[in-house]
Amino acid sequence: MTAFFLIFISAAITDNMLLSRFLGMCSCIGLSKKSDTALGLGTAVVFVTSITAALNFLVYNYVLIPSGLEYLTFITFIIVIAATVQFIEMVIERVSPSLYGTLGIFLPLITVNCAILGISLFMLNKPYGFIEAFVFGFGGGVGWMVAIMLISAIRERINEQAVPRGLEGPGITLIIIGIMALAFVGFSGMIR
Amino acid sequence: MISAIVTATIFLVVMGLIFSAILLFAEKKILNYGQCEISINGGEKSLTIKGGGFLLSGLLENEIYIPSACGGRGSCAYCKVKVHSGGGPLSPVEEPYLSPEERKNNVRLSCQVKIRGAMAIEIPKELFSIKRHKCRLVHKKSLTHDIDELRIELLSPSTIAYKAGQYVQLESNEYGKQEKVIRAYSLSSVPTDTHFVELVVRHVPNGICSTWVFDVLKEGDELFVAGPYGEFGLSDTNAPAIFIAGGSGMAPFWGMLRHMKESGAQRQVTYFFGATTQRDLFYIDELKALEKELPNFRFVPCLSAEPQDSGWDGERGLVTEVAARTIPELANHEAYLCGSPGMIDACIKTLTERGLPKEKIFFDKF
Repeated sequence: MTAFFLIFISAAITDNMLLSRFLGMCSCIGLSKKSDTALGLGTAVVFVTSITAALNFLVYNYVLIPSGLEYLTFITFIIVIAATVQFIEMVIERVSPSLYGTLGIFLPLITVNCAILGISLFMLNKPYGFIEAFVFGFGGGVGWMVAIMLISAIRERINEQAVPRGLEGPGITLIIIGIMALAFVGFSGMIR
Repeated sequence: MISAIVTATIFLVVMGLIFSAILLFAEKKILNYGQCEISINGGEKSLTIKGGGFLLSGLLENEIYIPSACGGRGSCAYCKVKVHSGGGPLSPVEEPYLSPEERKNNVRLSCQVKIRGAMAIEIPKELFSIKRHKCRLVHKKSLTHDIDELRIELLSPSTIAYKAGQYVQLESNEYGKQEKVIRAYSLSSVPTDTHFVELVVRHVPNGICSTWVFDVLKEGDELFVAGPYGEFGLSDTNAPAIFIAGGSGMAPFWGMLRHMKESGAQRQVTYFFGATTQRDLFYIDELKALEKELPNFRFVPCLSAEPQDSGWDGERGLVTEVAARTIPELANHEAYLCGSPGMIDACIKTLTERGLPKEKIFFDKF
């Protein structure tokens, strides 16, 4: 149990996709203006990372390695992610139209979010089993969601302040992300 | 090397096929809503549409032409309809386009509402008779420096039935960096001319649709027009009428007057047409000729900024002022106005001050 907890914490905080690895920046800057949207996108990311990390684990270990096609890892993972996102979108649409209303427009964006691919690829560097891979994906997603929520909360306040013109929008956001990343450096090395 | 490329290609193709098959199968199984009953205007009309698609396209397939310019992307907000039940939650795409008032009244963008089951919707009745016509521009004539006349042949459906005063929606095509848009133009043609429509288009600086008409559209080009829309038109009474128009507000009256001539109407009409200078006047000779043909018709062009020494012997001043001083007793009249919101508001103010009841004033603001 402790092992799972440690994997979760390391994926969510010490190896935070957004603030330590700087992955998924495009959608983060684009959709962090309001916390509702950030929460919507964050939830969708958690959903997709958990499932795709587990699926990609299976595809890698039981399809790519046995057939000696490891060099196709990247493209295979991208196809798996794209198909999974499509599938999840259909299931959500059928099962819960209200959740679909909130997540619907974010799901297609996630197909091209590099944080998702990043989580699946980093997972390969670690000696994980199937459940650990799932926990790692879930943790990575949660970390990304927490980070975008924090950024959006700060941006909501900044929107009411006078920001120098050249720094409005993405400019000031990148600076904030940089400062937050410095804070997250403090976590590094906490879990080996 | 070659074998690696071949293996990789085969592997990717096979994987792509497997995933596509799974997704197609899932789509059929998961997103199958069957046939859905759509009840329109409290059961007045009822449609059975295959579920899973969007409401706008479902209605279009059943020949109910909800206006739409953006092709269902949720960016033009023309396709608003009331969805009383079965519409599901509001999507984030719709939110920016709906006022609190509209949300309370269940107004939705029909291009964003998916048909997932039985629905009850409400659409304006006039939309039932509206058709989208494929057309060809047969004639384009410059009336003034910024106003063009278009004569458009209807190809399919090839006829249109409307009342003089109604308008159509003209679709511009994409050009340069501009997207396709829809703009409303009053019909200036005579309703008996059922295979053609005529429009009077003023070039609005930086206007997407009117710039398209002026700079891109050529005689012989194909275009799309949907209609007829609107309630504006002559009443059935025989009360003396005052027409007041500015600029391209001429259009509906040009249609109405020619229609009156055709049907031999005897109604008393005084038409005040406002323009800035002489170069902004058009159809003047034709209207002067109509004065002779229609027994009780008088045409009064008014210029607001014509130089004093230009030799203009007609009325000068704002069209509202001229109308007010020419017809002192208004009480038993009806007034028909077409022009900019500013002009119409000023007219309504002047006319009501002179004793014309508000319900006797009919207008078309653009």
